[in-house]
Amino acid sequence: MTLALFILALLILGSAAVAMALRNLIYSALLLIGSWAGIAAFYLWAGAEFVAFAQVLIYVGAISMVVLFAVLLTKQGHAPEPVEFTSLSRFITGLIAGGGVAGVLLGAILGMPLDVRTAQAAPSLTVKELGARLMGPHTASLLVIGLLLTVALLGAVLLASDKRPDQPEDAP
Amino acid sequence: MTFSAQYLWLIPALPLAAAALGAVLPRTGRGLAAGAAIAAMVASFLVSCVALCTALADPAAKLVHNFAWFDLGSGVLRLGWLLDPLTAFMCVMVTFVGALIFIFSLGYMKEDKGYKQFFCFMSLFAAAMLGLIVANSLLLLFVSWELVGLASYLLIGFWFHKPAAAAAAKKAFITTRIGDLGLLLGMLWLYNSTGSLLFFDGGAGVLETAALGSLAAQVTVGGLAVSTAIGLLIFCGAVGKSGQFPLHVWLPDAMEGPTPVSALIHAATMVAAGVFLIARVYPLMAADQVLAHVPVHALTVVAFIGAITALMGAGIAVAQNDIKRVLAFSTVSQLGYMMLALGVGSWVAAIFHLLTHAFFKALLFLGAGSVIHAAHHEQDIRALGGLSARMKVTFVTFAIGTCALVGMPLFFSGFWSKEAILHAAHGWDVSHLPFYAAVLGVVLTAFYNTRLMAVTFFGKPRSPGAEHAHENSPVMTLPLVVLAVCAVVLGFLNTPVWPWLDTMLLGKAEVHGHSLMEGAGLMGLSVVLVALGIGAGWALYWRTTRTSASAPDPLAVRAPRLMTFLAAKLKFDELYDATVGRLNSAAAAFADFLEVWVWGGLVNLLARLGEFTGLVNRETDERMLNGGFDNVSGKVRGTGLAYSRAQTGGVHGYLRFLVLGFVILVLLVVMGGAR
Amino acid sequence: MSPLQLCLILSSLLFCIGLVAVMSRGNAILVLLGVELMLNAANINFIAFWRYGPHPEAGTGIIFVLFSIAAAAAEAAVGFALVIAIYRHQQNIRLQEANRLKG
Repeated sequence: MTLALFILALLILGSAAVAMALRNLIYSALLLIGSWAGIAAFYLWAGAEFVAFAQVLIYVGAISMVVLFAVLLTKQGHAPEPVEFTSLSRFITGLIAGGGVAGVLLGAILGMPLDVRTAQAAPSLTVKELGARLMGPHTASLLVIGLLLTVALLGAVLLASDKRPDQPEDAP
Repeated sequence: MTFSAQYLWLIPALPLAAAALGAVLPRTGRGLAAGAAIAAMVASFLVSCVALCTALADPAAKLVHNFAWFDLGSGVLRLGWLLDPLTAFMCVMVTFVGALIFIFSLGYMKEDKGYKQFFCFMSLFAAAMLGLIVANSLLLLFVSWELVGLASYLLIGFWFHKPAAAAAAKKAFITTRIGDLGLLLGMLWLYNSTGSLLFFDGGAGVLETAALGSLAAQVTVGGLAVSTAIGLLIFCGAVGKSGQFPLHVWLPDAMEGPTPVSALIHAATMVAAGVFLIARVYPLMAADQVLAHVPVHALTVVAFIGAITALMGAGIAVAQNDIKRVLAFSTVSQLGYMMLALGVGSWVAAIFHLLTHAFFKALLFLGAGSVIHAAHHEQDIRALGGLSARMKVTFVTFAIGTCALVGMPLFFSGFWSKEAILHAAHGWDVSHLPFYAAVLGVVLTAFYNTRLMAVTFFGKPRSPGAEHAHENSPVMTLPLVVLAVCAVVLGFLNTPVWPWLDTMLLGKAEVHGHSLMEGAGLMGLSVVLVALGIGAGWALYWRTTRTSASAPDPLAVRAPRLMTFLAAKLKFDELYDATVGRLNSAAAAFADFLEVWVWGGLVNLLARLGEFTGLVNRETDERMLNGGFDNVSGKVRGTGLAYSRAQTGGVHGYLRFLVLGFVILVLLVVMGGAR
Repeated sequence: MSPLQLCLILSSLLFCIGLVAVMSRGNAILVLLGVELMLNAANINFIAFWRYGPHPEAGTGIIFVLFSIAAAAAEAAVGFALVIAIYRHQQNIRLQEANRLKG
């Protein structure tokens, strides 16, 4: 089990790191798709099949499309401007900060005794039960999320739409 | 009937009411104004006659009515009226002559536009003159004195659009003012010394023995007795008002006024006010006669000044060519005679001459007015002539007046009054110089009067005005006749045989006359002198009368330089202009300098100080206060600016701080918790 | 080292990669991708605890992750729309230049 985890971890972290370091945005987007796929595989390894499917559907399916559209619409695609580190100092301070956070988190993880069931059978949650839970105790959250998605849709359309006045091609 | 002194105020009040009426009437009321003026004068005359009767009933009594006028706190200022023979005679004379002159003015001023004002001013003058006469207080006398001067100014400058008239009015006022200053000082000194200004006050008045004794006893600067000093100061006022040397310069110029004015004011009454004043305060003037060791007696000064004036006036009159100027200088000369009489000790002679002079000088002036009016305002005697046939009444009355002035013996009043003066001058034991001056004056008087008569009335008319002259209407000739009668009759009031006037004035009980033979020598001398003067005048002017207006004067041919000098009035005006006039201009220039540089400089300095203070204030306000506030608020803004620089707008910066902050916070918590 | 700890370390490292990317890259799209990575790391954390936690049958972890994914999707949509709007304004998508809201 642990070996699978290591390979998955390597895949996820590696593709994520490279994606963040590249200049070409299309390459970054594709590598990130690979990372997301790896995360979905992790979910499968952990036994959360529905979440894995959701991950693939949404992240690999929808969000990556959005990213690609954004890249294309902002002309970062076919004539890739070099996306450069405008200042090295920003990178170093970012690194230091990230390293600090990493250190803190790792220190917390490793230093804290966790009460866990280590060699346990993987839990399972059927889709039917998941659906009953969503429609039952968590209905309010579901509705709120629905509302959120609607508003986000409308907002995104509004923000990204072209606000030029009516074209004369409508005239006869 | 008795007339209480309490009602004496009526005499000046009636003309004053007429003056007030004349002032408020519109120009159409000229007839009413004139009528009121004449009615008031006649009424005053009647009241004066009643007062005269009362006064003559007891000539020695001085009937007074004093009243308190003003409460000063430390003392009370009292005024009063005085009724005695002197007052009564003067009132009667002034009102009578005044009424006659007013009637004459009805004809003389008929065509004048200022007819109504004329009568208003004349009434005002009459009121002031009468007030002067009835006053028992030197203060009241002074007030009336000044009012008389005002009326004189208004009347001399009656035709004020003529520059000569305006200048003459100013000259008269200013010259008399100089004299009035002395009068005022004398008055103040008197009040200071005696505490009263009333003449007679039941023993406490300034002309009564107690006050006079104290005044004569005190000695002031230069060893003069106080009474002498006060007397001389009061005499200054008389010098100005009566045209004595050296303040005589205004009288000839005053002839610019209408002829009735000259008759009333500058012949009969106002100029006599000076003489009257000295006669009134005679006890004060004579108080120092008893003292032996004083440097000068007041009356000596009066006598000498009078003598000089008498001679000077007569001399200048010889060379004048304007009919009114001749008469003006004649007035100056006669006033000199009156002062002379006062000075040598015979104030009754002076008053007698004053009374007779009033009548015959008024007559002469009115006659001159009649001539001027008939000859269409031709005043130069060289351009007249031949009027004896054309203006008979005027000629005869003028001749009577001239005889009185000259002193024709026996039948004319001037003879008796002048005799009295010569007699007194001859008997003066201080010096005989005034007597010689008077004697010479008699000759000159006769001479210039003959010249005047001859040139004006005899011969052929030398100008169209004289040719077309004709006698005036009765309203103008009737007063002449009345005055002529008086000029004859009045003399008999005071002949040496029957000195009635003297007795009345001096307050004696009985009239003691002495025969004519006692003063016969002097009388004969004066007759001879008069004949001498007339003879010389006849020889030069009557025997061969003037042929044309521009022919030279016979005397001027013989003595040209003397005549020019006399004609120029002895160059007094030029002398005064060069000395006093220049001094005045220099003082004015100095005052102007002070005004601009010293006082103006001070004021400017103060202004600059004010400006400077304002500047300092503003600078303090702007620099310190505003600057302080600006500074503080600037600091606040700077601080705000500094803080706002943290808002870089860059997301990365914000995140950096966020993350680092989180790390540090956790570390702190962990490390804090670990301790 | 338990599997849980390994999962947690994985999620922490992924989170830090995303954080470094956000803080150091100037391109707006890459910053948003970094944010997605961070959200994914949080999801991994939730699933790890669901797998090894005391009450897995409650399904809390799963449900929460579902909601998290939905929220991340919405946020990605809006964020990329904003990027397009910024691009229209300044013709590039460098985040340093979008600093008009400053003091």
